[in-house]
Amino acid sequence: MAVKKMGLKQKYAHLTRGLDWETSYQKMDDVFPYDQFEGIKITDWSKWEDPFRLTMDAYWKFQAEKERKLYAVIDAFAQNNGQLNVSDARYINVLKLFLTGVSPLEYQAHRGFAFTGRHMRGVGPRIAAQMQSLDELRHFQTQAHTISHYNKFFDGIAEFQHMHDRVWYLSVPKSFFDDARAAGPFEFMIAIGFAFEYVLTNLLFVPFMSGAAYNGDMSTVTFGFSAQSDESRHMTLGIEVIKFLLEQHPDNLPIVQKWVDKWFWRGFKVLGLVAMMMDYMLPKKVMSWKEAWEIYFTEAGGSLFTDLERYGLKVPKYADVATEMAEHISHQNWAVFYQYTHAAAFHTWTPDKEHLDWLSEKYPNTFDKYYRPRWEMWAKMDEEGKRFYNMALPQLCQTCQIPMAYTEPGDPTQIAFRCTEWNGEMYHFCSDGCKDIFDDEPEKYAQSWLPVHQIFQGNCGGPTVPDVLNWYRLNVGADNMDYVGSPDEQVWNSWKGKAPAEAAE
Amino acid sequence: MPVIALDKDYAKKVEFRDNVNNFHGNQLTYVHWEEHNMFCSAIAFPLPPAMPFGALVSEVIAPHYAAHPDAAKIDWSKVEWMIDGKKVTPDFDKSLAENGMKHKSLVRFWTPGLNGYKGTYS
Repeated sequence: MAVKKMGLKQKYAHLTRGLDWETSYQKMDDVFPYDQFEGIKITDWSKWEDPFRLTMDAYWKFQAEKERKLYAVIDAFAQNNGQLNVSDARYINVLKLFLTGVSPLEYQAHRGFAFTGRHMRGVGPRIAAQMQSLDELRHFQTQAHTISHYNKFFDGIAEFQHMHDRVWYLSVPKSFFDDARAAGPFEFMIAIGFAFEYVLTNLLFVPFMSGAAYNGDMSTVTFGFSAQSDESRHMTLGIEVIKFLLEQHPDNLPIVQKWVDKWFWRGFKVLGLVAMMMDYMLPKKVMSWKEAWEIYFTEAGGSLFTDLERYGLKVPKYADVATEMAEHISHQNWAVFYQYTHAAAFHTWTPDKEHLDWLSEKYPNTFDKYYRPRWEMWAKMDEEGKRFYNMALPQLCQTCQIPMAYTEPGDPTQIAFRCTEWNGEMYHFCSDGCKDIFDDEPEKYAQSWLPVHQIFQGNCGGPTVPDVLNWYRLNVGADNMDYVGSPDEQVWNSWKGKAPAEAAE
Repeated sequence: MPVIALDKDYAKKVEFRDNVNNFHGNQLTYVHWEEHNMFCSAIAFPLPPAMPFGALVSEVIAPHYAAHPDAAKIDWSKVEWMIDGKKVTPDFDKSLAENGMKHKSLVRFWTPGLNGYKGTYS
């Protein structure tokens, strides 16, 4: 007997709807305990429009096909010694930052979407969250596999997951996701699905993937292509979530607006690592952070929020402050790593003259006035045999956990200090944005695991810097310090038949 | 505003990680040399509250900022101090606690006439 084949639409409906039931032995509220306490009101889950009509069987087929292509390229890259074709071994430090700082977030996103998928009462968002959860797990795995080739030749890669949980600056991305995952499912969806995946994702993915392309790293570029169709699905989900919540009930607007404000600021601070990578770490530059910010936030974000105006949603609070900071954030961040290079799991360097000229050109309003003199001063100190290391530990922001290295809006000469007294104790912040987030939920952020304070409390392997680095599994003398003089430089020069930099001059 | 959490007793279960009792008799002190942003941020130290302010200056602050070319030119008697947002004249012989410093106090100081490498605040 011939079986009539179902149309795509019909098939989709059968595979995604009517999969659940109204429970009778247990109360529905007990089965779904997480989807009400945040105050979000959902009147009709069936109004959820699936942003992408993808069934599970089609999903497996697509992903398997992409996987086959990716692994074929990775194999070819390894067989052809693709590492020899990158622009410069300094580039590898971009991958170290990505693998230690970003890839573990993919894994966190996998877990976060799995949880959200379980705890949303409506079947539409459950299916979408489940697929995104699988995507994120796949991204984590394929990134680790792609970058593992470089682990055969370069330092600072092998212990990425361990480092993510312990190293001081990696607490910045880690705590960002911990914060999102410790929130309810709706806040998680706005935090990661909307603010991160929709509003800010281009500022993360495009710089890393174009950076890879410009610098001859074909394996990472291929990973980027393989993730691209997933990313566009994630963006569509992010925008659907916000529209759904705002259409369901007018009471949702102030809650959603608060989350958008918060997660825009949280995301912007984390992206400061990308800013530094673009302006300082790529041997062949793609564009400046400021240019990327203008294209992907000011212009793209601007039209997005114009579109969302009809729901009453406004541009995130402090977006103007973030835009002003785009002039400064990369310089201030690279200066942090330059002076704490002894405690970083990647290499740093002083920008050379050509690089400084590029920065002067890209930041005509600020670079020559504030930052170029700093690099020239440090270069001079280095020449005199007094390379600057900051031997004290930095004050960290209670919310974003970044060293409080950012200057006052409107005054780049002065570090911004903000403080709240709560429950008899002082809490310090780098910005009004971070202070507002704390003030709204002090009970949450008073629990921040601030690496500097944890070291002082004796929870990080011991009292001395070598003790702490050992606890990080940071291989001192190989993973850390300046690129010039590193084993990475040595191996690169041996491949390229070059004498060490100093001898060549 | 009450905590928004699934657990009604959430606030009671919070672990305040940086309680002064966790610092083995010390209190946290943050120090920042204004107009010298070569030091990327304020720096943090766990210090005994009974430490004299003078010792904070000579044993903690001075050595940690010594790398800066301006450091040797500092006249400590002319330094302007701010503790937790208030301009003050600390008594160098008295302790940190007697100078009003608490756990996580922030000490900012200005060195008139010295404002960084070539006057660029670096």
